[in-house]
Amino acid sequence: MAAEANFLAQSTVFLAAAVICVPIAKRLGLGSVLGYLIAGMLIGPFILGFIGDEREEIMHFAEFGVVIMLFLIGLELEPDKLWRLRKQILGIGAVQVVATSAIIFTAGLLLGLLWQSSLAIALGLSLSSTAIVLQTLNEKELMQTDGGQNSFSVLLFQDIAVIPILALLPLLAVKGLKDQAAENETILEGLPLGLQTLGVLAAVALIFLVGRYLVVPVLRMIARSRVRELFMGTALLIVVSIAYLMQLVGLSAALGTFLAGVILANSEYRHQLESDLEPVKGLLLGLFFIAVGASIDFALVAAKPLLIVSLTLALMAVKFLVLFLIGRFFMLSLSQNFLFSFSLAQAGEFGFVIFAFVSELGVATSETLGIGMSIVALSMTITPLLFIINEKIIQPRLCDRSSEESELPHDVVEEKNQVIIAGFGHFGATVGRFLRANGVEATYIDNDPDQVNLLRTLGFKVYYGDATRPDFLLSAGAAEARVFVSALPSPDENYDLAETLEEFFPNLEIMMRAKNRYDAYEFVDMGLKNIYRETLDTSLRLGADVLIKLGRRAYASKRAGQTFLKQDEQAMWELAEHRHDRERYISEARARIKYQEEVIKRDMEVEQLPVDHAWDSEPLIKSSRES
Amino acid sequence: MRKILIIFAHPRLENSRVNIRLLEKIPDRENITLHDLYETYPDFNIDVEQEKSMLSANEIILWHHPLYWYSAPPLLKQWIDMVLEFGWAYGTGGTALKDKIIFNAFTSGGNKEAYCPEGYNCFTIFDFMRPFEQTARLCLMEYLPPFAVMGTNQMKEAEIARAAMDYGNLLETLSNGDFDVKNALSATYLNDIL
Repeated sequence: MAAEANFLAQSTVFLAAAVICVPIAKRLGLGSVLGYLIAGMLIGPFILGFIGDEREEIMHFAEFGVVIMLFLIGLELEPDKLWRLRKQILGIGAVQVVATSAIIFTAGLLLGLLWQSSLAIALGLSLSSTAIVLQTLNEKELMQTDGGQNSFSVLLFQDIAVIPILALLPLLAVKGLKDQAAENETILEGLPLGLQTLGVLAAVALIFLVGRYLVVPVLRMIARSRVRELFMGTALLIVVSIAYLMQLVGLSAALGTFLAGVILANSEYRHQLESDLEPVKGLLLGLFFIAVGASIDFALVAAKPLLIVSLTLALMAVKFLVLFLIGRFFMLSLSQNFLFSFSLAQAGEFGFVIFAFVSELGVATSETLGIGMSIVALSMTITPLLFIINEKIIQPRLCDRSSEESELPHDVVEEKNQVIIAGFGHFGATVGRFLRANGVEATYIDNDPDQVNLLRTLGFKVYYGDATRPDFLLSAGAAEARVFVSALPSPDENYDLAETLEEFFPNLEIMMRAKNRYDAYEFVDMGLKNIYRETLDTSLRLGADVLIKLGRRAYASKRAGQTFLKQDEQAMWELAEHRHDRERYISEARARIKYQEEVIKRDMEVEQLPVDHAWDSEPLIKSSRES
Repeated sequence: MRKILIIFAHPRLENSRVNIRLLEKIPDRENITLHDLYETYPDFNIDVEQEKSMLSANEIILWHHPLYWYSAPPLLKQWIDMVLEFGWAYGTGGTALKDKIIFNAFTSGGNKEAYCPEGYNCFTIFDFMRPFEQTARLCLMEYLPPFAVMGTNQMKEAEIARAAMDYGNLLETLSNGDFDVKNALSATYLNDIL
């Protein structure tokens, strides 16, 4: 009971802090990351003291947000795009880690640290914060820029580099202290090196095979069961199980889930996985940032303010300079280079991990590590401010050089179509086929797994998902599209969809499929302009053909059909206006009969067959006979 | 035996008095094809390749239509615009129709007196046929004088029957091939060569 109450109390504190601080921070233009960090500082042991020792545990748990984030990033990155980034990942990433570590290592020696401590600290500080940087770049929509892509590449390399670094640290253990990692026990421990390597490779191969051949059929089955929360459960299962597998073989969980994401990037469930995991990731990352904020040891900072602040600034200056030179060398434009260098100038969460590990190994003194930890936390906190400085002060100064920016980011071409079609049944499919035949590619979304599967094998870009969810629509490109064809089979769903679109994507032109007249009235009320009753054109075409079969001339029959269509459309708009007055007095069923009556009456008032006076010779003949 | 293609354009045949009678007299022969444009393309969406292959398969082409506002009904103009392609019917390499025979078979409400400088239409029917004539010439075709049924507004039943008979006879003569092109060219109306 006590534990439960504690859990509720903690949750209340965390959520309340986030709910209060994040909107304010966003309002002030500081971004959500800084909001979370400030929330953490406020509730941390040094200001309000709501949370204390458990923060490390929380941070550890919340780090799982980073794992989910890398899975999501993997989803955005199809394998061939990743392959194209290989030079950046291996080149820029390696240079950054090696050069930064070397400088910090030298500085450490100069400050009088043991070479072992110095090396361990240098390696820990050379890594940047995947969580803060990617979250911020995503929030500011900078991921697709050159600077964003290069930042991502470096972070990916660092993720890989953590593994050998953690393996190297025990070798640095100062003699006389235990040299075995207590944490990080793996099933491969104690095996010969060859077998260990084999085990690691087998794990990666397993991810590949499972991702390639098992996950999609399973997702399809789950999707078919139509239990929404089960899909989210499956998504979490994928991420959690891979993280666990990676932990077993001693690889980075983030790296493993990233790989799984890349493998699933081509699947039809990509958008749905994204929209299901996005909120979980967001919350966990938020929790993570709060924990980081709470872990700043203000007592230590207060004791040695000059030392810690100057060391933090020095660290960031060094990292910035190294990055800037690398950016120069790899020919980033000036403004992209600033983005790149400011992004990665902090130390990151791996710093915490490595320092914790180091303290167990006894490679460095606890005082040194305490200062190191503070520097990491402080630099992470400063990062959002650097983004703001870059955005508000540096970038505007570079504006006159904006010509070089005009070339679009070329590495990652996202498929963003101008047309989105929701519902790929017979109706939507016909629209889509017609558009494709005329050189317009559309993005399709559908929630029938079998249908999605079939169409993907036919080469259509179809995504599985619930079209009435705004986050899913966003990931399908609704913010960038121009026309949205709402062709779901159920009028209610179309109605929900239209409401969502009107609310979240008001600049989209909505083309609405309506089942019948009554359905159409609802859409008229809603203010939609493009309403297509699915049975109207077809039945009139059939009607015209009946006239032809009866011996009427084809041209006259077709024109009669077209005229009828036009009049019926007009009647729909007019009758929609009045119907509410009537509905107040009579039941809906009676109202419908009344509509029908009105429609038919109206037909009788209007002449149906077009009177083509142009081709009517009667009056001419009459007049010429009279003359 | 010569193959004849009648390209017929009438937006309201159901109300027709004269043209319907002309159609009835078209000889039922394998080498005469009646191609009803308004019935085939009520949506004006002309199948150009189909039309071209029909033209290629025939030697004598008729534009059969009532005269509306001194010209043909719009679908026939659409047909000319769409089918007579550059490089096929005219221009560089456009020789597909070379030496084929073509002429207008039309009906007009006004009579021959109305179509002269003194009449209320001010110009002769040949003036109004110039665009068709030049179209044929550009396509390297032999443009014959028109088969004309004029003054339909005041036509009596007997006259209509006579005109229909003439139309049938003309088609028979042409399809048999027993006519002289030079002779036909020198006639004022094709009605006269019978």
